[in-house]
Amino acid sequence: MAAVATGASGLAALAARFRTCPITGLKIEAAAETLIKANAVAAVVFLAIGGALGLLVALTRWQAVHLLGPDTFYLVLTAHGINALLLWVIFFEVAVLYFASAVVLNCRLATPQLAWVAFLLMVLGSLTVNWAVLQGDSSVMFTSYVPMQASPLFYLGLILFAVGALIAVLIFFGTLVIAREEKTFEGSVPLVTFGAIAAAVIAVFTIASGAIILVPTFLWSLGYVRHIDSIMYKLVWWGMGHSSQQINVAAHVAVWYLIAAVVLGAKPISEKVGRIAFLFYLVFLPIAAAHHMLVEPGLSAEWKVFNTSYAMYLAVLGSMIHGMAVPGAIEAAQRARGYTNGVFEWLRKAPWDNPAFSGMFLSLVLFGFLGGISGVVLGAEQLNIMMHNTLYVPGHFHGTVVAGTTLAFMAVTYLVLPVIFRREVMFPKLARWQPWLFGIGVAGTSLFMLGAGTLGVSRRHWDITFADAPLGFEYPPTAFLMLGLNGIFAILAAVGGALYIVITGASVLFGARVGPEGPKTPITAAPAAAGVVGRYGSAGTLHLPGTYVLVAVFFVSFVLYYFVNWRYLSELWPMG
Amino acid sequence: MAVHPPESRVWWNEPIPKGELVWVTAAFLWGVVMFVMMIWWHLEGRQNLSTEVYRIDPEVFRARVEAFVAQHKVGEEGTTGIPIVRVPPGGDAYMLGRLWEWWPVLELEKGSTYRLHLSSLDWQHGFSLQPVNMNIQIHPGIEHVITITPTEAGVFSVVCNEFCGVGHHQMIGRIRVVEPGRKG
Repeated sequence: MAAVATGASGLAALAARFRTCPITGLKIEAAAETLIKANAVAAVVFLAIGGALGLLVALTRWQAVHLLGPDTFYLVLTAHGINALLLWVIFFEVAVLYFASAVVLNCRLATPQLAWVAFLLMVLGSLTVNWAVLQGDSSVMFTSYVPMQASPLFYLGLILFAVGALIAVLIFFGTLVIAREEKTFEGSVPLVTFGAIAAAVIAVFTIASGAIILVPTFLWSLGYVRHIDSIMYKLVWWGMGHSSQQINVAAHVAVWYLIAAVVLGAKPISEKVGRIAFLFYLVFLPIAAAHHMLVEPGLSAEWKVFNTSYAMYLAVLGSMIHGMAVPGAIEAAQRARGYTNGVFEWLRKAPWDNPAFSGMFLSLVLFGFLGGISGVVLGAEQLNIMMHNTLYVPGHFHGTVVAGTTLAFMAVTYLVLPVIFRREVMFPKLARWQPWLFGIGVAGTSLFMLGAGTLGVSRRHWDITFADAPLGFEYPPTAFLMLGLNGIFAILAAVGGALYIVITGASVLFGARVGPEGPKTPITAAPAAAGVVGRYGSAGTLHLPGTYVLVAVFFVSFVLYYFVNWRYLSELWPMG
Repeated sequence: MAVHPPESRVWWNEPIPKGELVWVTAAFLWGVVMFVMMIWWHLEGRQNLSTEVYRIDPEVFRARVEAFVAQHKVGEEGTTGIPIVRVPPGGDAYMLGRLWEWWPVLELEKGSTYRLHLSSLDWQHGFSLQPVNMNIQIHPGIEHVITITPTEAGVFSVVCNEFCGVGHHQMIGRIRVVEPGRKG
């Protein structure tokens, strides 16, 4: 690394750029810190926009309210997808990548000037795509399936955003190289960084797929390319669209480990298994474009079966491993603290009033039960016939991306505020409630959309009473009930989301500064009482009965629900 | 801790706790079961998506559907007068999707097996048969031939469940299923 200063004065200047965090003991570089702040703030701004738009969508689909007109509804739905699913999560993930490289490894960030270029490109792209959608001629939904065409600015905005994100990912890799060269850590990278590396590699694949399809589509919208094949578009677009959700999974699992480590000092029950699970993500997640093509003409059944199952469910295996490893690490840490009574004392006496912990644990449970199980069922080739493009699909991904990723990112914010922004979390009582309000609200929307989808209700549909249609049709009354409940829970989620925006916004702007003695509201759980600390983590001593019960409940629910759906399928009209 | 480097540099040699090993094995085997389930359903199940697919010029497909309608039309339905077509039992049925209608209305006999030809003339559409709840994606330029056997009589609706512009929610079609030998 040419940038490494060798003179004594150079070293002193380098050291001056670092401070030692009083909470975590990590060495944090000023430039990395500022860039993490910038990306996190941009993320929260787009979450606020995307979340508000989401509420409008839910209130329109609540047939008794039916808030927006059709044109506005389709415009708002397009903007909701782009802001909430793309801009919020990717900006936050850039912050997570910088944190997991520079901060966790006590290193300086590679090429901070270039990181600002990346940031500005992402902001410019975000504004461009939002501007294009607001014009009204690009209400093509997040997926923008050809031959439906948006304005060139729509595609251009996405391309600019993607180029910025790609630069940020490369800076992450550059930072890893510097950390190794300058020996800022010893041995292998920590598990959190390992997870972030998995996320970053998937991100490169994702953005490459995006470029391969969006650049020709942009040229097509300008008239330079005559034809874009609609199946090829979908296949490559989902190489970006689905894989980008897999970045989220890898990133939020890394965040689960991070929160468990910082709050409870939890240590992975097995470094080896946790890392192998991330490797499964890395190798098998990118073939998930098939999930969106199961009822598509022109693809063979063999291709669908192999790809949709991530080659025999090996990426699902990765998630199931984390699903045990994370609560297992928490249980082990709690038992080491002395909470050893019964099967669940460790869970009852977990730091539930710490929003970082409660948000993380809710994210873990909801991601597994709602997002995870529904995703595997939705992705079974033939079961997809009953679910494709119904509300089951948004029901599933609100379970993964919102209850899983967004809630995990909200939870980690309660650590980022004191550690990176060095501000006290304001309104701590409200903050305690925030993950619950948001989590329960989102769980409700996910569940009721899954229910409406099971009844066949179409997604992305303005009026399921078909009032203006030439032929009459109504979905069953239960479907209308489901959409009403979805609306009510969306309001709850919106209240939780708004609280998050207010708490983070107020803390960043007006929060008391955290001094060298650490924050007044401690973010780490009280250390173990003297004398009860046991060594754990070795194969011989590990005993986690609570975690075994939790994963057994999960497993049984999964198996039952899976076969119930095959039973439903067997009642459909025979087709072949 | 997960934010610190692992205790042993060569984490690959760490032993795996027994409880975790049991879980990983169970999860892996469950994955195999789910994988085999899809293959088994192709062999034994009766609901599989046809892979009979042809590239076709949308104009050619439209001409075929129009010829089919002219030959078998028995009436009209709805505020826009969509033709009702009685398909000969066991024969070929055609339905096209375009902005914003499914055309024509089909009349099928319960228990007969039909070859249903689906395609779009413009954008992508979603063939969502309700309340059966059978959903198939329709592309322009691609003719998808699906073999279906209605098992119940009644009036069924075809909702479009792929967003196709501002008239998307008005796009609806119909399939009538009648008892064998009876007029609809």
